[in-house]
Amino acid sequence: MTSLKRSARGAANIAFTGFCWVATVVALTALTAILWALIQKGVPGLNLDIFTMSTPSTGSAGGLLNAIVGSVIMCAVAMLIAMVVGVLAGTWLAEFGRRSVFAETVRFLNDILLSAPSVLVGLFVWIILVNPFHGFSALAGSVSLAIIAVPIVVRTTEDVLMLQPTALREAGLALGTPYWTTIRTILWKSARSGILTGGLLAFARISGETAPLLFTSLNNQFFSLNVTKPMASLPVVIFDFALTPYDDLQRLAWTASLLVAAAVLAINIAARFATREPRRS
Amino acid sequence: MTIVAPALIARPPPKGAQFDPLFLYACGAAATLLLVSLGGLVISLTINGWPAFHKFGFGFLTNATWDPVAEVFGAAGPIVDTFACSIMALAISLPLAFGVAVCLVEYCPSILRRPIGIAVELLAGIPSIVYGMWGLFIFAPLFAQYVQVPLSEAAAPGSLLDTLTAGVPNGANIFTASIVLAIMILPYMAAVLRELLLSVPPQLRESGYGTGATSLEVVMSISLPYVRRSAIGAVMLGLGRALGETMAVTFVIGNSHDYPKSFFSSGSTIASTIANEFNEATGVMHSAALIALGVVLLVMTFGVLAIARFLLGSEQRA
Repeated sequence: MTSLKRSARGAANIAFTGFCWVATVVALTALTAILWALIQKGVPGLNLDIFTMSTPSTGSAGGLLNAIVGSVIMCAVAMLIAMVVGVLAGTWLAEFGRRSVFAETVRFLNDILLSAPSVLVGLFVWIILVNPFHGFSALAGSVSLAIIAVPIVVRTTEDVLMLQPTALREAGLALGTPYWTTIRTILWKSARSGILTGGLLAFARISGETAPLLFTSLNNQFFSLNVTKPMASLPVVIFDFALTPYDDLQRLAWTASLLVAAAVLAINIAARFATREPRRS
Repeated sequence: MTIVAPALIARPPPKGAQFDPLFLYACGAAATLLLVSLGGLVISLTINGWPAFHKFGFGFLTNATWDPVAEVFGAAGPIVDTFACSIMALAISLPLAFGVAVCLVEYCPSILRRPIGIAVELLAGIPSIVYGMWGLFIFAPLFAQYVQVPLSEAAAPGSLLDTLTAGVPNGANIFTASIVLAIMILPYMAAVLRELLLSVPPQLRESGYGTGATSLEVVMSISLPYVRRSAIGAVMLGLGRALGETMAVTFVIGNSHDYPKSFFSSGSTIASTIANEFNEATGVMHSAALIALGVVLLVMTFGVLAIARFLLGSEQRA
């Protein structure tokens, strides 16, 4: 009886172990298949034209220059907004708001905003910026990306500042330093790598966002640096070209996907190094 | 004992102290801006979607006719599809993510543990449009060729299998969308679950093993109960993601606004409908109806996310 029970437990355990391994293998296979497809379909399209020519119509040669530049500009502007607002708001939560009701509300809403569907952010920005001013613009795209990036920056900034020892703040204040100077020159400085990581994670997140750009920056077939006009971006170009029936445009969409995925991976890896470095020294 | 006059020990305030309140206001304003943007999102969507709610009333949620030409809009189809896709994706993805997490924590040799862990976390960051591309060009054709066609040939007309698998065999249906969605949320959920399982104190697990428990018993009776609340929160977070996911779904769901008739019928989620139609909205009512759809999605996801956040608590934020 006991031995039967024991063997049943053993069998259940073996089945469970097997299931876990199978799950891991299945998951890794699926994800490898995606990366493999990305490389297989994207790499052949990589050539100098991609970086020197704008998006073509079907049948003619072209590249992704306008989309790459557009993505970089919109993400840069979005990150500029997000870093300023996010770091200040995170500082407020950690240093001034603390456990007050208002701070707890902001914290809760920030967490919700953190995983809010990005398509809704696109609709929101369309309502407040595109519709009233009668036109899609890169600036509206940047704002919608910023709304997605801010919660990430706020969260990491607050978390890192909370980790800073109270002694640091007391040391600054004991010298007679104004609080805001203490925050700027001591707290932000010692939390720098954490804040940087938050910024990089936010940057990685927004550089692949498509849905909020569809209704805000739209797309532009031509090279443009004017932020008050529609601007191309890699994700939107992927979306548009993937749904065309033309082979050459679909190939460009694959190459664009490869570029976006590689950029996001690179930024994420950079973020890992940014967190790890201070621990070593 | 001499009394020092206050004037003698009073010193000028430190340089820059006058900016202190200014800095406080700037920080406070930034925090308020967050509140305003979320509030603005809710309010502006509600106002702009109001015409649709007003015109169709409660029928907007229960009617499955979506006809931009006749300006009749009922959102029941996309709402049902959104739930169907998200729940199917979760049902596929949760056991796999759990298996991966347990494997990484309990079974995996320590040489593989870190690389696989990092790979899973990095994959969680891949933009959803990449998953969409893969679904559209690689997975959907394979699925149509090797699953849909053989199944529809094998199913006797009128049988249960035939009813369940009826649909155009082009790979664009709610089942493929669910699978792509499942693959997309898998790394994310696995990373969170792994993080949770790692938070179980080693003493607890070791005392379990010490009493002779198998690893299945340790995971099920010690680790899982210890993180139960947060684990449910993490699952809700995954569900919230799946509900609002746009790009991975839009490419492979087939875009039809009816109720789903089988696993392989094409459909459209709320997010995919908005993404597909908003820029080509034919009239004021069409835009309003799409924004009203957005409000429905807003309520759904915010509800799920609020529950998730509540369960995860403010201390353990995954």
